[in-house]
Amino acid sequence: MSGEARFTDLSVRDAPGAAGAGLTAPSVSVLARGLRKSYPGVEAVRGVDLTVRAGETFGFLGPNGAGKSTTIAMLCTLARPTAGRATVAGADVTADPAAVRRRIGLVFQDLTVDGDLTAAENLRFHADLYGLPHRTARRRVAEMLDLVGLHGRRHSLVRTFSGGMKRRLEIARGLLHAPRVLFLDEPTVGLDPQTRAQVWDHLHRVRQQRAVTLFLTTHHLEEAEHCDRIAVIDDGRIVTEGTPAALKAAIGTDRVVLHTTDDAAARTALGERFGLAARRDPEGLLLHVPDGAAFVPVLCARLGVPVLSVTVTRPSLDDVFLHCTGRTIRDADGTR
Amino acid sequence: MSPGPGGARHELRAVRVVWQREMMHVLRNRGRLALTLLQPVLYLLVVGTGLAALVPDSAGAGDYRTYLFPGVLLMTVQMPAIGVGASIVWDREAGFLREMLVAPVRRGSLLLGKCAGGATVATCQGVLVMALAGTAHVPLSPGLAVALTAELAVVSLALTALTAMAAVSVSRQQTFQAGLGFALMPMLFLSGAMFPLAGLPPWLTVLCLADPLTYAVDLLRRPVAGHLAHVPAAPAAWPTAWHPSTAAELAVTAALGVTALVLAARRFARPR
Repeated sequence: MSGEARFTDLSVRDAPGAAGAGLTAPSVSVLARGLRKSYPGVEAVRGVDLTVRAGETFGFLGPNGAGKSTTIAMLCTLARPTAGRATVAGADVTADPAAVRRRIGLVFQDLTVDGDLTAAENLRFHADLYGLPHRTARRRVAEMLDLVGLHGRRHSLVRTFSGGMKRRLEIARGLLHAPRVLFLDEPTVGLDPQTRAQVWDHLHRVRQQRAVTLFLTTHHLEEAEHCDRIAVIDDGRIVTEGTPAALKAAIGTDRVVLHTTDDAAARTALGERFGLAARRDPEGLLLHVPDGAAFVPVLCARLGVPVLSVTVTRPSLDDVFLHCTGRTIRDADGTR
Repeated sequence: MSPGPGGARHELRAVRVVWQREMMHVLRNRGRLALTLLQPVLYLLVVGTGLAALVPDSAGAGDYRTYLFPGVLLMTVQMPAIGVGASIVWDREAGFLREMLVAPVRRGSLLLGKCAGGATVATCQGVLVMALAGTAHVPLSPGLAVALTAELAVVSLALTALTAMAAVSVSRQQTFQAGLGFALMPMLFLSGAMFPLAGLPPWLTVLCLADPLTYAVDLLRRPVAGHLAHVPAAPAAWPTAWHPSTAAELAVTAALGVTALVLAARRFARPR
């Protein structure tokens, strides 16, 4: 088969993957069932089930050492599962790793660009490794450098780039061969907040302009907010899965902090008139209600004690993590 | 080994681009290139000249520098060959290796590209040092130059494959460097590059015959010695009375290289 024909196959993104037709519909890009990986003495992944739809931005959230990278390594055919099955972009990761590799792009946790080559040379190296026809390669190298805002620096040696620029170049490289799924393992680790926001701006552009599924891991809760759906992994198992909004809604309660002229009287009133147990806190009176926004006007009207300030906080993903695992993600990072 | 998707042409393109990257690295790092060239030159001019005073007519082979010349050529190709192993280990540590490993090509192709790159650099450096033949009283005729270049190419590829095998078997830079540092010096001494091997005690003779570099040095020595009318074919450099033919030595070296390459590719292709 010529390179030209192969590449054309690749660019038809929604074509059903023939190899995995039995296990997965074309609208599913990543499917894992009972995926496990043990290393001598360690069970890194203990039965992971995942379903990621085509075109979705899927976040894999968990503390360091929870099994995120190992799961990605198995989905990318870099590690062989000890048990379980997975199909990625319609191909089985164990039965047909070559097909998986052609259809995925990968942005690794640590920087893997070659500093002694220029930005354009790094991309051309990738194009040759993936067998892109020369003319297509030239066009896509220019397109991708443009997409990540590095066109002006295409002839600079990559070792002169900042961390954020190298990251963006890696994203361009990951997309160069028009993969159906782009895996990003901690795409913003080690970057300052401003650069991180910039990388996300580029990822949003990718989502708008390319029909590609983004599968990313993170242990930054703010980043998970960018995703269509997230799965929380802890200790090698998925503990919960859903849209960020749904996961937060499942917690059920908003946090309300109240300041009044007489907090003691307000506390009694809350108990008598609303049946709510409030806690005295350095911040003020702390209570939990199902719908904070609707509660505020009622509270002000019926409390009977003048209210100085009310703050309503929606549950954060940190609360989701705490709720599912019994500890905060920062504590979980600290214990490993 | 996982099958490549695009057949032989795609695999060849992968070999070529990996080879090309090695070339670019060498050409963009001229300082390092100069340093690796300097070492064999120093051996020839300093050690050679110094020891020539000590051994006025070594083993009936004329000037000691003439004796040392094939060994210096071997040292010249050894450095870039080790460089390939080091660059595999470095690529692993720097992460770039994963960019290659996850690509839809056979891992053997990646390794072949790396080794071809190292062997090209090694042969070119060998040819440069060959130009110093005059200082070792070796008259460099076109015929000798061609013969030596061809042999250097075979020896370079074999050495490169050997270090590549070592490199894919270890995972840490320090292990690789310590291991090579430990193995290289004795291998060089036992090869006959520095002193003739005839008449050594039997246990040393066995070690000499087991040393792959012995065959490589002898390969390079033969055309040099054959070229010098006043020098007998330097049998004194060889450890035993039995002396394999040039063809046999070439075959041993090439077979060693191919075996190392196949084993390295196998090991490299094994999923973790």
